[in-house]
Amino acid sequence: MPSRIPLLAILVPVALAFAAMAASSAPSSDLALVNRLSWGETAQGDTMGGLSREAWLRAQLHPSPDDGMPREVQAMIAGMEISQKPLEQIAVETREMQLALRDARKSQAGADSKADLKDLIKPYRQKLVSLAVQAQTRSLLRDLYSKNQLKEQLTWFWVNHFNVYARKREIAALVGDYEETAIRPHALGKFRDLLAATVFHPAMIQYLDNQQNATDKINENYAREIMELHTMGVGSGYTQADVQELARILTGVGVNLSGQPRRFAALARADYRTDVGKGGLFEFVPRRHDYGDKHFLGHAIKGDGLAEVNQAIDLLSREPATAHFVSRQLAQYFCCDAPSDQLVNAMAATWKRSDGDIADVLGTLFDSAEFNQSLGRKFKDPMHYAVSAVRALYGDRVISNPLPLIAWLNRMGEPLYGHETPDGYSLTAASWSGPGEMTTRFEVAQQIGAGAGHLFKPIDPEMLANLRANFQNNPEASLQMIMQPGPGGAPAPVLQETAYYSALSPALSPATASAIAQGKSQADRNMLFLSSPEFMRR
Amino acid sequence: MDRRTLLKSAAAAPFFTAGKLYAAPITGPRMLVVFLRGAYDAANITVPVSSDFYYAARPNLAVPKDATLPLDGDWGLHPALKDSIYPLWQSKEIAFIPFTGTDDTSRSHFETQDTIELGQPVGGSRNYQSGFMSRTAQVLSGTRPISFTTQLPLTFRGGNPVPNIALNFAGKPGVAARNAELIQAMYQGQELAPAVSEGFAVQNQVYDTISGEMMAANRNAVTTRGFEQAAQRIGLLMQDKFNLGFVDVGGWDTHVNQGGAEGYLATRIGELGRGLAALKLSLGPAWKDTLVVVVSEFGRTFRENGNRGTDHGHGSSYWVLGGPVRGGRIAGPQVAVTQKNLFQDRDWPVLTDYRSLIGGLLRKGYGLSQTQLTQIFPASQPADLSLV
Repeated sequence: MPSRIPLLAILVPVALAFAAMAASSAPSSDLALVNRLSWGETAQGDTMGGLSREAWLRAQLHPSPDDGMPREVQAMIAGMEISQKPLEQIAVETREMQLALRDARKSQAGADSKADLKDLIKPYRQKLVSLAVQAQTRSLLRDLYSKNQLKEQLTWFWVNHFNVYARKREIAALVGDYEETAIRPHALGKFRDLLAATVFHPAMIQYLDNQQNATDKINENYAREIMELHTMGVGSGYTQADVQELARILTGVGVNLSGQPRRFAALARADYRTDVGKGGLFEFVPRRHDYGDKHFLGHAIKGDGLAEVNQAIDLLSREPATAHFVSRQLAQYFCCDAPSDQLVNAMAATWKRSDGDIADVLGTLFDSAEFNQSLGRKFKDPMHYAVSAVRALYGDRVISNPLPLIAWLNRMGEPLYGHETPDGYSLTAASWSGPGEMTTRFEVAQQIGAGAGHLFKPIDPEMLANLRANFQNNPEASLQMIMQPGPGGAPAPVLQETAYYSALSPALSPATASAIAQGKSQADRNMLFLSSPEFMRR
Repeated sequence: MDRRTLLKSAAAAPFFTAGKLYAAPITGPRMLVVFLRGAYDAANITVPVSSDFYYAARPNLAVPKDATLPLDGDWGLHPALKDSIYPLWQSKEIAFIPFTGTDDTSRSHFETQDTIELGQPVGGSRNYQSGFMSRTAQVLSGTRPISFTTQLPLTFRGGNPVPNIALNFAGKPGVAARNAELIQAMYQGQELAPAVSEGFAVQNQVYDTISGEMMAANRNAVTTRGFEQAAQRIGLLMQDKFNLGFVDVGGWDTHVNQGGAEGYLATRIGELGRGLAALKLSLGPAWKDTLVVVVSEFGRTFRENGNRGTDHGHGSSYWVLGGPVRGGRIAGPQVAVTQKNLFQDRDWPVLTDYRSLIGGLLRKGYGLSQTQLTQIFPASQPADLSLV
């Protein structure tokens, strides 16, 4: 393997130089649109794929089922455990490890040997970390290489909007399926379907404790967050009583990790529902449900089991407050930190007309003057920053090891599935542009610019094991370890020879151009470009 | 690179002086706000041991009276704080203020955290570019503010840029001095210029301070992590480099299985207590000038829920500790902890407003005028709880 490195070192700059000659530079307004609606223009400058602006936009809003990913990326994804096993199997296996651990703990209570426990704890934790890293990797590979770039940005947006946290309970085992089956298929579809898919997904049910919400033991956590964060928004007119009524409606909506449907529950009432045995984990347990009538958002809801939940989802997705609240967040993410009321109202009007069709609502946003005037001005959050930097410098050269990218996101404070609280990451510049965040960003720029450490080397199992073992105790050293380019790391790519840079360079400020020219090495010049004010925005 | 060469090269690099390099060491009062995000269950930490209603309302969660550390006839402290916070109580360096919080009744974590961080009156339109700690930094002359967080919090928005740094990640500056200079040149005249220079300057200062600690720690063979490690580093930095700090600690949203005398919340609060004790140690003599205020967005439901946890409530208990504190007492107005005294038959009431509490500390601790206090907390009167 190491013998291939010198060859690559020669080939890569040459290949990039050819790419630069081949691609005619797109008009700067197209480049600005690409940088906003994709995860950043690629080194070879081909994100629009030769389409006209209008045709590309249409294709992004109504993506083809073929996401055009390189074969090697498809193979990487297909080879993952999370792609090969149904959620049910993954969850049951994880659960068995957890139960074995619990039994061992019980039987050991009072005993002095802890050795056996260690043998159980370690593989269990490793399994969870491995599943979460697979989910992160799959998501990042799509961000880097899918042709359906808008869909992938929206996938991130909705995962963040309906945030779950991989370090709570066994959510690490569920989060890949959550993104893949609940979020991505609906990312540009109807909001109602998206909301429903999250309500019935075990990751969300576990994250916001609805598993514990039962008729005699109400837990209002999920009900509150659905209204406050997922749909209507705080202060939009619902009351504490609405929260309590929604909590009653959601009673009995839970998760079954046993791998077996409940036999007696099914006998007790006909409306027992479960996905167990069909690859999923969702279940609705009638005896845990409050069958009393409810009064929710001014509507009488007859106690009727699971149908009540669907009725509540209908009501919530059609509330004008929901149209406004969610439109405003979409506008914040895709346009401006403080979108005008006029823009949000126009999007909400489209929402109403289209019954919450996300692609239509975005169409209204992208047609607006406010959106077009904002191009190039939105400060990148860390996720945009890291992914766009790798796309800009390395383009279609497929990474083989995602760990450095995952580490950069950790370090910059925006790891996938890593936000503990249900509000998700902030969408505005002020949250990401403090002095500390800027310094960190420059350090990441240095690592990406220098050849991106281990991105193009096979995953080193020893490194992964060390990372797992030491991350909790010493995140600093663990991250340093995977971020430093070790021996045999990729050479620094020649930024100036990329099509992207050729297209962009006339627009760089004199101060930026002059600083880049003063860089002493290619790695420094790359770092300076990635650190420039221009590259901080999209 | 050892400490001396680092200092030399730092002094030689022009960028280091481009940011604000604070030459004179800090003296005088210091304040640190510790925000427990997620709403910690105050009623199980400052335990109303004389209330039969407490024991009736929390059959699974209540901390038994004889397990608590006695505070006064009505209150006991959670046993997990025995070796960290209780000694401060005995030396009268900490006071607890039960029934504290906001008049925000949204019971939303995020809404109420914003309320506290902004420190503006509830109900009006909010200015998200003006946090109360930023206004404090503007009012107090010679303040050197810092946020010990990965992201700059709302409370430090507005005014001059306030540096932020995640202490558990703080390491050797990764960008060479020459490149740092070139980066700053690119930002000259840009909106982000102050943040960029401030970031470089503070990173150097912090590394300089902490690298000494790391060597000392190796000698003592003590390794800490999490909040305890961060708190120890905060103490070092607030000895003489910064005097207005903010740090947050998450993980308090205990809807399920929070435990009682032992369990999840006990572990978390134990870690917090050890951190605050470490802070005192590492501050050294500066502790006598330091006020630490522990706040949280709201308390939790007084009755336990069906899952051996608690839901979003209202009144909390705040802590004020430090050398200047007149502690060893429960401060502020109190009511008997009974069902009829609950807010909306559900939560602890708020009898002391957080703005009045902190305003009162600022007035006494810093000798601020009412005009200055009004700039920090508009439409609020400072409370005189004789805490300093």
